[in-house]
Amino acid sequence: MADTRPTASIEAVESGLAAQGYIASRQIATAVYLSQQIDKPILVEGPAGVGKTELAKAIAAWRGMKMIRLQCYEGLDEAKALYEWKYAKQLLYTQILKDKLGEVLGGAQTLGAALDQLHTFGDVFFSKEFVEPRPLLQALEQPNGCVLLIDEIDKSDAEFESLLLEILSDFQVTIPELGTVAAVAPPTVILTSNSERDLGDALKRRCLHLHIGFPEQRLEERIVESRVPGISQTLRKQMVGFIHEIRSLDLKKLPSVSEAIDWARVLVLLQASELDHEIVRDTLNVLLKYEADIEAATPQISAFIAKASRQGVFS
Amino acid sequence: MRENLHRFFRAARGAGVRVSPAESIDAMRAVAQVGFADRAVLRDTFLLTLAKTQDEKRALGDCFDLFFSQPEPQQETSEQQKADDQNQSGGNPQADGHGDSSGGAESENVGPLAQMLLSQDRTAISTAIANASGAASLSDIRYFTQRGIFLTRILDAMGIQRLRDDIDNMTARNPAVAERLQDALTGLRGTVRDAVSQALLLYGREETENLRNEILRNAPLARIEPRQVEQMRSLIRQIARRLRERYSKPRKRQRRGHLDVRRTLRRNAAWGGVPFLTAWKRKHRDRPKIVALCDVSGSVARVSDFFLLLIHSLHEVVDDVRSFAFSGHLIEVSDILAKKSPEEAMKEIMSKVGFGSSDYGNSFADFEHEWMNTITPQTTVIVLGDARSNNLDPRADILRRIDERSKRLVWLNPEGRMTWGFGDSEMPRYATFCTVVRQCATAKQLERAVSDIVATYQ
Repeated sequence: MADTRPTASIEAVESGLAAQGYIASRQIATAVYLSQQIDKPILVEGPAGVGKTELAKAIAAWRGMKMIRLQCYEGLDEAKALYEWKYAKQLLYTQILKDKLGEVLGGAQTLGAALDQLHTFGDVFFSKEFVEPRPLLQALEQPNGCVLLIDEIDKSDAEFESLLLEILSDFQVTIPELGTVAAVAPPTVILTSNSERDLGDALKRRCLHLHIGFPEQRLEERIVESRVPGISQTLRKQMVGFIHEIRSLDLKKLPSVSEAIDWARVLVLLQASELDHEIVRDTLNVLLKYEADIEAATPQISAFIAKASRQGVFS
Repeated sequence: MRENLHRFFRAARGAGVRVSPAESIDAMRAVAQVGFADRAVLRDTFLLTLAKTQDEKRALGDCFDLFFSQPEPQQETSEQQKADDQNQSGGNPQADGHGDSSGGAESENVGPLAQMLLSQDRTAISTAIANASGAASLSDIRYFTQRGIFLTRILDAMGIQRLRDDIDNMTARNPAVAERLQDALTGLRGTVRDAVSQALLLYGREETENLRNEILRNAPLARIEPRQVEQMRSLIRQIARRLRERYSKPRKRQRRGHLDVRRTLRRNAAWGGVPFLTAWKRKHRDRPKIVALCDVSGSVARVSDFFLLLIHSLHEVVDDVRSFAFSGHLIEVSDILAKKSPEEAMKEIMSKVGFGSSDYGNSFADFEHEWMNTITPQTTVIVLGDARSNNLDPRADILRRIDERSKRLVWLNPEGRMTWGFGDSEMPRYATFCTVVRQCATAKQLERAVSDIVATYQ
C-alpha cells in the first residue's frame, strides 16, 4: 500500500516523474502533488503533443499503479464508458432456468404463492454477475487504486460530461438496479482536452485546471535529453533552438514536444553532428505536418539555423 | 490569513475570474497543503484551483502579482535624518516631562501614530495601514470617485487627528520634530493613496466595467463617439461569446416516445430480434443559415458595422452567413468580412458602396438578379436599414418574393418606431412582407434581435 500514500513534497513528485523519463515543469509537479493531497482530478489542456497523455502514463508507472484509459469520441455513451448488462448471458440463463421453473414453483398451490416465490428470486438477473464493467467502473473497482485517464474529453458529447460529474466529485457511480458503487480506493483521474470545444463549468469546477503549453528552451532540452539519450549536446541545443524559432512563425500546426523528440531521433539515425540547411530541409516533414507550413518555413531555414547556433554559443 | 485569502478571491472575481464558493474551498484546502512559504508555488496553486481557462490564468496571474505587491511605506529617511533620529530619541523623554500636563493619562505626549512615524517602523506602519483598511472596509471600493472618501476614512482610522494635534503642539516647542512629522505625514498620505488606488484596481475593475458596459449597451449605436468604438467592439465580442455559449449546444435532440423501428431491429439482430435495446428517433435541427442585407448609407452604416461584426463572430453557431451591403447598388461582402479585420473590412466596404444615397428598389433588384438562389426554405433573411429610399420605387414586390422563398424575413430598423412611415420612409409598405420588424438602435436591442433569430433554429 506504500504506493498509494500521498507523496511528501512537490520535489518528490518532480523526481519521481523524472525517473520515468517525464521531465515535469514546476507547475505540472504542483498539480500532481495537489491532486493527490486534496483528491481532485486534473484537467489537462494544451496543444497536441505536449505530453498530456504521457503525464498520466508517467504517473501510473511511477506509482506502480494500473492505468485505465478511456478514449473519448463522439457518440461515446454510458454503455461503453461505464457499464453494460450482459444481455446475452441473461438471455441464456433465462433459457436454462426455464426448466428449473417447474421445480422451484412446484410447491406453490395458487398463482399468488407462485408469484411470492418468484419474488424471492427477484433481482437475480440484475446483479453484479451480469454487469460488464467498462473503464469507468473498472477504475472504481481496482483494489489498489489506479490512474484513470479520460483522454480527449472535448471529443465527446456534452451529455457525456454530465455522466462524469458523479465520478469526478465523489468517486462513485450509481447504477439504477444495483445502487451506488463507491471506489475501493480513489483513483487518480487525469482528463485531457485539446480545447476543441469549451467544456462545461460544472466539469471544470470539479477539477484542477492545468494548462501545458510549449516548454521553455531549457526544459525542452532536458526532455529531449531524457528521451533521446544518444544525441550530442550541441546538436540538442541547436535543434531545440531551431524548433523555438519555428514556433514563432504563424503556422497551421506548430511543432510540439513529441515532434521535437521524433526529430531528435531522426537526426540521431541520420548521424548528423550539427544542423545544416540540407539536413533540415530533408527532415522538415518530421516537424511540420502540413504542406503549406513546410512551404512557409523553408525560406527561413538558414536564418533559423544561424540564430539557433548563435544561441548555443552564449548559453 | 483566511481574511486575506477571502480578499484575494474577491479581487480575483474583480479581475474577471469566476471563483465559485466550491472553488474557493478547494483553493483553501490546497493552500493549507502547500503553505505560504514559496510564493511561486502559491501562485501555481491558485492558477490550478481557481482559473479554468487560459485567459483566466493570465488575469489571475496579474491579479496575484498586484495583490501581493503591497505598496511599501515611503521611506523619508536620509542619512542626515538618521543622525537626527539619534538626537531625537535622546530628546524625547525630555519633551515627555513637559507634556505630561497636556497628555493626560498617556505616558507619552505624542499619539501612537506619531510614535510610529518617528521611529520609522515600516512593518508597524504597514500593519497599521492594513488594519485601518480593514476597518474602513477598503475592499468595498467600487468607483474611482470613492478614492477620496476611503483615503480620509483610512487616515482617520489610523488616528490622523491625534497626529495633527501633535504636530500643532510640537510646532511651538520642537519645530524640528514637527517638521519631521509633517514630512512623514505627507509620506504616509502618499502610501495610503497608493494602497487605495491599488485596492481600486483590484476590487473596482469589475464594477466600473459593468457600469461602462451598461451605459454602452443602451447608447444609440449610430451616435457613439469614435473613442468608444473600440470599447463597443469588445462589447460586441462579449455578446457574441455569450450567444455562442448559449446556442452552440448540439442540435441533436431525442424525440422520446418515437421508436425507430429500423435501427432497433438492426441493433438487436444479435438476440434474434428480441428488442433488448431500443433506439429512438432523433430529430436533426438545421444550423442557422443567414442572408444579411445591410444598408451602409450614412447614419445606418455604424449599426450595420456592428451587426456584421456580431453575425460574423458567431461562426460557431451560424456557419452559413452570406452578407450583402448596399446603398445605391448591392454587392456581396462575405469574403471581405471573413478575411479582413473589422476595421479594414468596413473601410473596404465603405469605399465600394458606402455613403451613397440609398436606393432600396435598385439594391433589391440587384439581389434578385444575382443571388436570389442563395435563399432556401431554411434561410433567415435579415435586412438592416432605415427603409428611406429617397422617394424612389421601393420594389416591395421583390421583398415579397424573398419572403416567400425564405424561412423568415426579419427587418431591423435603427430608427425609432415613431418615424416609420414619415417622410421618405417605406417601412409600413415593407413591413407587410416581413415576419418581424424591430427597432435596433442599441447594442442591447442588437443582441436581442440576433439571439431571437438564432433561437428559432434551436
